[in-house]
Amino acid sequence: MSVLDPAWTALLYLVAAVFFILALRGLSSPRTARRGNLVGAAGAVIAVVTVFLSARLENIPWILAAIAVGAAVAAPVARRVKMTQMPQLVALFNGVGGGAAALVALLELPHADGPWVRLAIVFTLLVGAVSFAGSGVTFAKLQELMTTRPVLFPGLPVVMAAVLLASVAAAAAVMVTGSTALAVLLLVLGLAAGALLVLPVGGADVPIVISLLNVFTGLAVAASGLVLGNVLLVVAGTLVGASGTILTRAMAAAMGRSVAGIMFGAFRGSSTAGSTAVSERPVRSSTPEDVAVLLRYAQRVIIVPGYGLAVAQGQHTAAELAQALEARGIEVDFAIHPVAGRMPGHMNVLLAEANVPYESLKEMVEINPEFKTADVALVVGANDVVNPAAKTTAGSPIYGMPILEVAAARQVVFLKRSMRPGFAGIENDLLYEPQTSLLFGDAKDSLAQVLGAVKSL
Amino acid sequence: MDGMSLLTITVLAVFVGFEVVSKVSSTLHTPLMSGANAIHGIILVGAIIVAGQATDPWVLTVALLAVVLATANLVGGFVVTDRMLHMFHARKDAARPAAGDKAAGK
Repeated sequence: MSVLDPAWTALLYLVAAVFFILALRGLSSPRTARRGNLVGAAGAVIAVVTVFLSARLENIPWILAAIAVGAAVAAPVARRVKMTQMPQLVALFNGVGGGAAALVALLELPHADGPWVRLAIVFTLLVGAVSFAGSGVTFAKLQELMTTRPVLFPGLPVVMAAVLLASVAAAAAVMVTGSTALAVLLLVLGLAAGALLVLPVGGADVPIVISLLNVFTGLAVAASGLVLGNVLLVVAGTLVGASGTILTRAMAAAMGRSVAGIMFGAFRGSSTAGSTAVSERPVRSSTPEDVAVLLRYAQRVIIVPGYGLAVAQGQHTAAELAQALEARGIEVDFAIHPVAGRMPGHMNVLLAEANVPYESLKEMVEINPEFKTADVALVVGANDVVNPAAKTTAGSPIYGMPILEVAAARQVVFLKRSMRPGFAGIENDLLYEPQTSLLFGDAKDSLAQVLGAVKSL
Repeated sequence: MDGMSLLTITVLAVFVGFEVVSKVSSTLHTPLMSGANAIHGIILVGAIIVAGQATDPWVLTVALLAVVLATANLVGGFVVTDRMLHMFHARKDAARPAAGDKAAGK
């Protein structure tokens, strides 16, 4: 079926491309973000309808069935996933996109004419496979199917170098021969390279890796557009690649790290390799009642929420506690580190879900000077983002990361599950300071107990 | 389309991509990444074209797998982004203009 002539097809693809640009622009501002996303979805619908109406397609019932399967699997998962698990879902969706691009390139190989098309094919194969396997490992790390610590083994740099050399050789061979068997080999090498690239990355850096793999998939899609001679794929893939590059750098800057340092740090032996060791140093532990008294007689309280709050689903209780304190005339703010949670902006999403008013959410640069006027800093399930080692210990894996300066507050209260170090696996000296007290337990339970005690005072 | 035109379009798209997200606040990093993630699900178009031209059953099988994966990326990506943004939407009235607005509003 070919209802549309090439001019109309090109025009509709252009419309879809413009929709994608408007979508990215809309997503850059809080007021227009949701509309931006819908504009992007509309662009995608236009593009998919266009391809059905313009290209001469066989197997349409099969294709429609495959689309139905993909949508039927993905939409319910996307709708039901807990907001705390959303980063790994994004990683997963990114990976399957990369995998799809690699498969498209593989199937186009027999039809490829000319060295440039073959070059685009080997690029798509390799980068798509890296993205697929890398995202899979990222998913496993975030879902805690495997350790969140860097996975290192002796000879890793050698294995990595061997895989990369073999990939280049296989790519060259595919360029020359156009052999599908060699292309499959290249695909497998790409998968190995993707896994090896992400395995040594420490848990705290995983968000940046997701963003980087997003760039990879974008580039793979753009290259597959060159293979198919499809302008829309070229434009959409390039847009994602370019905007993702900016985003990746912005995220890395927010954590005070360089992208190259994250990806290759482990190979130089300076990654976020932490320990799981539990320290024996003495700490001052506290009771919910003590914490309630501290909070009740404070004038200014700053709550620092972290991932521990999110996994315990304690954001609603935290919001209630803030309300209870404010009702008693205490000024309460939430200090949001740019990478609180497991992705930049993740904590804003979670607290917004709990109806914490936007004005109470203070970004790091805004709140840091205010800690010295705070009577209590209540750190709920956060660790690395308040660790002074980032400022003081030059050898520390998180050295240079901007932190929330809770140490300046008159009292610091940590709500923690245990003395286990945070996601990055680094001990926090702040826990042993004299102004610090700790309340052990699940973040939500602890908050609920503190809330109850505050109300009964 | 000839190679030079495609190259021109690619280079221009790089600059548009840089420009369009240059001033986003860290609050929106996650939804923006997720939205961009959904957009590259448009590889579905490529997968449909390849599946539509397949004659060999093996080729068709692999192409249909690509269609399933691409659809998951596209549909799942937009749905999960919408869910994230729904939470920002709830307090839309209270939202103050962020740094990104100046860049976005012309």
